[in-house]
Amino acid sequence: MKVLVPVKRVVDFNVRVRVKADQSGVDLANVKMSMNPFDEIAVEEAVRLKEKGKANEVVIVSIGPAQAADTIRTALAMGGDRGILVKTDIAPEPLAVAKLLKAICDEEKPELVLCGKQAIDSDANQTGQMLAALMGWGQATFAHSLELGDGAAKVAREIDGGLQTVEVKLPAVVTTDLRLNQPRYASLPNIMKAKKKPIAEKTPADLGVDVTPRLKVLKVTEPQPRGGGVKVKSVSELVDKLVEAGVLK
Amino acid sequence: MTALVIAEHDNKTLNEATARTVTAAVAVSSPVHVLVAGENCAAVAEAAAKIAGVEKVLLADSPLYGRMLAETMEAVILSVAGTYDALLAPATTTGKNYLPRVAAKLDVPQISEITAVIAPDTFERPIYAGNAVETVEAAAGKKVITVRTTAFKPAAEGGNAPVEKLAAAADPGLSKFVEESLSKSERPELTSARIVISGGRGLGSTENFHLLDRIADRLGAAVGASRAAVDAGYVPNDFQVGQTGKAVAPDLYLAIGISGAIQHLAGMKDSRVIAAINKDPEAPIFSVADYGLVEDLFKAIPELNDELQKRGLGQRA
Ligand SMILES: Cc1cc2nc3c(=O)[nH]c(=O)nc-3n(C[C@H](O)[C@H](O)[C@H](O)COP(=O)(O)OP(=O)(O)OC[C@H]3O[C@@H](n4cnc5c(N)ncnc54)[C@H](O)[C@@H]3O)c2cc1C
Ligand SMILES: Nc1ncnc2c1ncn2[C@@H]1O[C@H](COP(=O)(O)O)[C@@H](O)[C@H]1O
Repeated sequence: MKVLVPVKRVVDFNVRVRVKADQSGVDLANVKMSMNPFDEIAVEEAVRLKEKGKANEVVIVSIGPAQAADTIRTALAMGGDRGILVKTDIAPEPLAVAKLLKAICDEEKPELVLCGKQAIDSDANQTGQMLAALMGWGQATFAHSLELGDGAAKVAREIDGGLQTVEVKLPAVVTTDLRLNQPRYASLPNIMKAKKKPIAEKTPADLGVDVTPRLKVLKVTEPQPRGGGVKVKSVSELVDKLVEAGVLK
Repeated sequence: MTALVIAEHDNKTLNEATARTVTAAVAVSSPVHVLVAGENCAAVAEAAAKIAGVEKVLLADSPLYGRMLAETMEAVILSVAGTYDALLAPATTTGKNYLPRVAAKLDVPQISEITAVIAPDTFERPIYAGNAVETVEAAAGKKVITVRTTAFKPAAEGGNAPVEKLAAAADPGLSKFVEESLSKSERPELTSARIVISGGRGLGSTENFHLLDRIADRLGAAVGASRAAVDAGYVPNDFQVGQTGKAVAPDLYLAIGISGAIQHLAGMKDSRVIAAINKDPEAPIFSVADYGLVEDLFKAIPELNDELQKRGLGQRA
């Protein structure tokens, strides 16, 4: 079976972003960019399915600027087979991403789409669910473990109260949570090999999707600053302070 | 114009997240209706009817909704969505699971995890792990919103809304529930506790993590954790506080053996008072802590317990 993995190029998780002075957004000039960490987990899971003989092809898709091809290459170096880059300089909203991914699914007919649960830049947590709905498929979000059976996937999900296991018919969308696996580092030979793997290029227009943003971002601001407070010298002083602050009674 | 809030519950009790979402909903559009979809959940509907500001409760009581699976929730919400101009759900793992499906089917971009309603069509939400706050304006038409419930006070009681039964929608038959293993705890829920005591990798083991229990019990506090502590298996996944775990905003957040990575801060920096114990004076947690103690936690925790006991502090002292 074919597995499709959408990967997003985002600000590296170690970077502390700064808001631009004109409040138009965050400053992304000369900031390190990487694959969304949840998407690395998705790529890893797809590659493991292939290694176990459960999947025969892993297709990587990224929607973004020309540099998103680098993100696809990283996924190919981890073991993906080929890539599709949907080139756009507008940062599409999750709904538009889901529509683009639907158009690709209609062409590629994967049996499983493995997405990240959340892109760590916009923190939307929407795309996989939207894609599943647009396809009329089932979904299993926040996957903690994944087991592929006959025509169905059994997925333990990380939920607020603990773990919930669901069985979802294939084709389906599964979104990854942190504990699903530990992604591998690509080896040098695999990085070299990945350079020869094909990446097809498309545009939103090719796929018949309008990616014009529908929400208007009025401004982007710094959060309420929270200054560091005081250092106390002992547990007893700490308790004094917490009693004074009225939070210990 | 009317807003619909989708209730969070476990078929027996209404989760407080619902009343908090009602507060956000009232600022977006009113009157507010609440949809309770579940199985044998009439008591939940009764509780929802008592929330002030709720004009009507819709009750969809069917085995289809017992686990609030995303595909069946999509169907029942869509069966009534037409008449509402705003649909809101709490940004719990349940709400995050089903609501984007509804948005996609309505062809509306969802606005996730709002923390403030600036105007009925304008919202604030954190992005980049809370390092920036985005103010967004929704387009004309329906609004589909998830609400970070810690940012809104629960609506008061005092309502007396009628409960109207809703027929179950067709079963899409795409997924089924297999099993659930829920963390059992006598303690308050993380997201609504007045005091949260969280441990990190510094605790070093599951046994050591239990050192926090005595203090938590004494204070009536919930116990949370950093990702590192969860990944290491000290505690279950539902303890994780942070950008991709739970957002909490208690009166007191006690961070013990936690370095304070931005992903962790994202989930707790709106707490009223933050106190941190860490042996590394350079730990970033101290940059947000109102009170910081540089000390080995294995020395500090027993001392803290003794001190609380000595002074008779805490609910169960
Ligand atoms: C995609 C992504 C999502 C993430 N989401 C989250 C999230 O939701 N929540 C989250 O918490 N993290 C999240 N993280 C992880 C985050 O980046 C950090 O790795 C994590 O928060 C670190 O946990 P920690 O502070 O317990 O561990 P560490 O960073 O290892 O810190 C341990 C601390 O304990 C102190 N310590 C050790 N021994 C003692 C002692 N005896 N006495 C006192 N102090 C001691 C040390 O000085 C140190 O400061 C995420 C990361 C990624 C990439
Ligand atoms: N521009 C994009 N290109 C490829 N995949 C994306 C893109 N945006 C979102 N995704 C996928 O959808 C997941 C959830 O993103 P979001 O809904 O934006 O939080 C990500 O982890 C990716 O797997």
